[in-house]
Amino acid sequence: MNQSIRSAWLAAVAMFALIFGAISYVQVIGADDLNDNPWNQRAVFADYCKDRGAIIVGGKPIAESVPGDDTCNFQRKYTQPELYAGITGYFSRNYGASGLEQELRDELAGSSDQLFLDRISQVFLGKQAKGASVELTLDPEIQKLAYDLIPEGRRGSIVVNNPKTGEILAMVSKPSYDPNLIATHDVAKEKASYEELNQVPGINLNQSVSGPTGALLAPGSVFKLIDTAAALNSGKYNKDSELPNPASMPLPGSTASLPNYAGGNCYTRTTADFAFALEQSCNTPFASIALNLGQNAIAEQARKFGFGQDFGEQLKLQSAVSVFPEDLDDAALAQSAVGQRDVKATPLQIALMTAAIANDGVQMKPNLIKTVRAPDLRVISEPQPEVLRNSTSAAIARQITEWMTGVVSKGIGGGAAIPGVEVAGKTGTAQLGDSGLNNSWFTGFAPANDPQVAVTIVIEGVDVTTGAQLTSPNAKKIFEAVLNK
Amino acid sequence: MIQQDAAPKPRRNVELALLILALAVGIGASAMVDLNSETPFDNDFWFQSSLLVVAALSFHVVLRLRAKYADPVILPIVVALNGLGLALIHRMDGPGSDTGNNQLRWTLIAVAVAVTAIWLLKDHRILRRFTFISLAASAILLVLPLIPFISAGEVLGARVWIQIGSMTFQPGEIAKITLAIFFAGYLSSNRDLILLAGRKIGPMQFPRFRDMGPMVTAWLVSIGVLVFQRDLGSSVLFFGLFIVMIYVATSRISWVVIGLALILGGGFVASRIFPHVAFRLDSWWNAFTPEVYGRSPGGSGQIVQGLFGMADGGLVGTGIGLGRPDLVPFANSDMIIALIGEELGLIGLFAVVLLYLLLFTRGFRAALGTRDAFGKLLACGLSFALALQCFVVIGGVTRLIPLTGLTTPFLAAGGSSLLANWIIVGLLLMISHSARSPIDTTPMPDAPTEAVKQP
Repeated sequence: MNQSIRSAWLAAVAMFALIFGAISYVQVIGADDLNDNPWNQRAVFADYCKDRGAIIVGGKPIAESVPGDDTCNFQRKYTQPELYAGITGYFSRNYGASGLEQELRDELAGSSDQLFLDRISQVFLGKQAKGASVELTLDPEIQKLAYDLIPEGRRGSIVVNNPKTGEILAMVSKPSYDPNLIATHDVAKEKASYEELNQVPGINLNQSVSGPTGALLAPGSVFKLIDTAAALNSGKYNKDSELPNPASMPLPGSTASLPNYAGGNCYTRTTADFAFALEQSCNTPFASIALNLGQNAIAEQARKFGFGQDFGEQLKLQSAVSVFPEDLDDAALAQSAVGQRDVKATPLQIALMTAAIANDGVQMKPNLIKTVRAPDLRVISEPQPEVLRNSTSAAIARQITEWMTGVVSKGIGGGAAIPGVEVAGKTGTAQLGDSGLNNSWFTGFAPANDPQVAVTIVIEGVDVTTGAQLTSPNAKKIFEAVLNK
Repeated sequence: MIQQDAAPKPRRNVELALLILALAVGIGASAMVDLNSETPFDNDFWFQSSLLVVAALSFHVVLRLRAKYADPVILPIVVALNGLGLALIHRMDGPGSDTGNNQLRWTLIAVAVAVTAIWLLKDHRILRRFTFISLAASAILLVLPLIPFISAGEVLGARVWIQIGSMTFQPGEIAKITLAIFFAGYLSSNRDLILLAGRKIGPMQFPRFRDMGPMVTAWLVSIGVLVFQRDLGSSVLFFGLFIVMIYVATSRISWVVIGLALILGGGFVASRIFPHVAFRLDSWWNAFTPEVYGRSPGGSGQIVQGLFGMADGGLVGTGIGLGRPDLVPFANSDMIIALIGEELGLIGLFAVVLLYLLLFTRGFRAALGTRDAFGKLLACGLSFALALQCFVVIGGVTRLIPLTGLTTPFLAAGGSSLLANWIIVGLLLMISHSARSPIDTTPMPDAPTEAVKQP
């Protein structure tokens, strides 16, 4: 009988050998697959309670992890929540993260490859892993100024950037919200806040659908800068070309017509050169350029300024892609050439277009991150200015700059003029259907001969007068603030 | 027969030293859990820890008095497992839930019952008299959950609980022991008959059809448990227990072949007829397909979450109290192995599995050492049942085999399981005492009456 007892024991040991194998498989060999499984929320929860790195602007944290008072050791806190919500995004247990909190997840949580050695040493020292901190290129004073220049209750965005380096100095939008409400560990409060905020139109909960990087808006007349670049680039036009400037132009193949802006001085001439057409923002000259060059030339020039490109990866903020539509009939092309109908651009896209013109036609990669530092303050990465592409030739860029200074010094962008400084600019007023309301734009840079700063402002859904008050004069204030620094 | 030492040593002091180590494991784990609570080391902690110490030491003292040659390793292993289980159950207790205290209460009851059994029985051979009473008791215990007034109804798909007042109990756990006693008694009396008769087909000798009676009984019990109680795990356990005992009694591999054929056939038919069996198989094989993962009830969410936890634990684990076992359903009972894997890591889980391995090995060792066939069969059956139960549970949690509703011995929250397993430990200790004690040539004071009816 003892022999069969030994056999039974061997059978039991064999079963246990299988168990040891199965445990080794689950916990070591197959563990990576299981950890990466999309149903596995442990990574989210692990990040959630972690001492994440801070997001820093001007030496002060705008998002940081502070000791928590519940089962989580740390709670994410936003110190100037509304001002930076569009940049930081939120960090929530049930709704994931958005903004930099999402795109810089590995760095902030300390799980990026560059932090590997730090993690190892933290394990051996018995300390809880700590994330890297990220300092932004934003200027806190300019950010605050820009934010306050959009009146409460208005919907709009402002982007302030450096055309030579691609650095973003300020990027704001309204309406904004308090990400602390969604980052709270109080689950009921978190849910209620999220659902309530989601109901507010235009709120920047997700950077890819609203705000400077996500709102797709009709650019209106600021798109004429692209027409101009396309025209000069084609060789069919030069700086002295005379353009037809009828008060109204029948739209081919339709009963509608495209009129010039009634409020300016366009009616005084039946032909116009580029300088006049841009200064007064006449529509018909640019429609005729587009019909003459064809949609491919305009679309190609738009692409060279960044249309059709997702800037999200470079900016570390989810972004929408600006579109210049395809397969247009002539009527649609004429209207698209003046930034109406189906052409849509984000405020960021317009800011990058302007920056390319300011920087002799060279478009710099947009950048929001100054340095990423490990917990021991060692610099992990420090993005350097990078050329994105040549949008147009230097000669053409300088020519357009000259005409843009005319818009501010003699034309309808006069509100942005600063005594003693040459400001280049372009305004836009994109009509929103027949409502009488418009998206009111200003985009420009200063000083025109040595551009230090570009400013792009859009206020959505305003009448013409209010729009004019909230764009060019505000751009002037931002120019002055940056240049006087 | 294994050669005994010239002068057998009781080794009770070794047991005491190991017991202190085992208590350090349980109380140490409990202290780590307590450090994470709002009021570390309050009266509750000291009260609970000292109760565990008192229970373990009382057991030790009883062994000194009544079974001084008992195996010195068994009790410390069980105390370590039970203590660790208490700490982990306590760790999963949220505000207002006191599963931990309930488990402690049951631990004390179980230890008291096991100690009483050792004190009163003195010798395991007395149990042989109760061979057919055990069969009757098994039948009653298994039928109890199906009787309307005391049945607790269907709990999580299985009808294995009874309810008396507010107390619930799983009689099937005790049936495991009574069935083992019945098989041991029956087989030790009839093994010669079963051995000698039979027809030889090829290299294997097959039993006579009439000797298949007990096998058919065991098979019917297992199928009955599966069909009426919907308890796949217990069904496999009962049948495995029987196969190993008849194999050990007869040394015939043919019994194992017949047994495996019956269980595979029965399992195949069951998976075709009963949806709960089919669901178990499906949520094992297709655990990572979305329909199966999201299905409720009968989905694979529980097992997949358990695997995530274990993967997260990796080699060294997150540390007690630092993982997220709250994401795993039943982390303190059915899935406590996943909790150990997550918070104590591969290393901790290996240690626990090694403890089980040592425990059933000591049981088999007692089976080898004891001199009577009944004791051999009983020790072997109970040890194998313990090993099989661990295999079914841990294999289920690690997705080696389909997950069934068996409990992890000594670790998982659940009073009936705790009680049954402590009684098993008591029996193994008694058998090991008789195995290791000096050969007693005087007749048993109370010789077995052999009131066994031959078939």
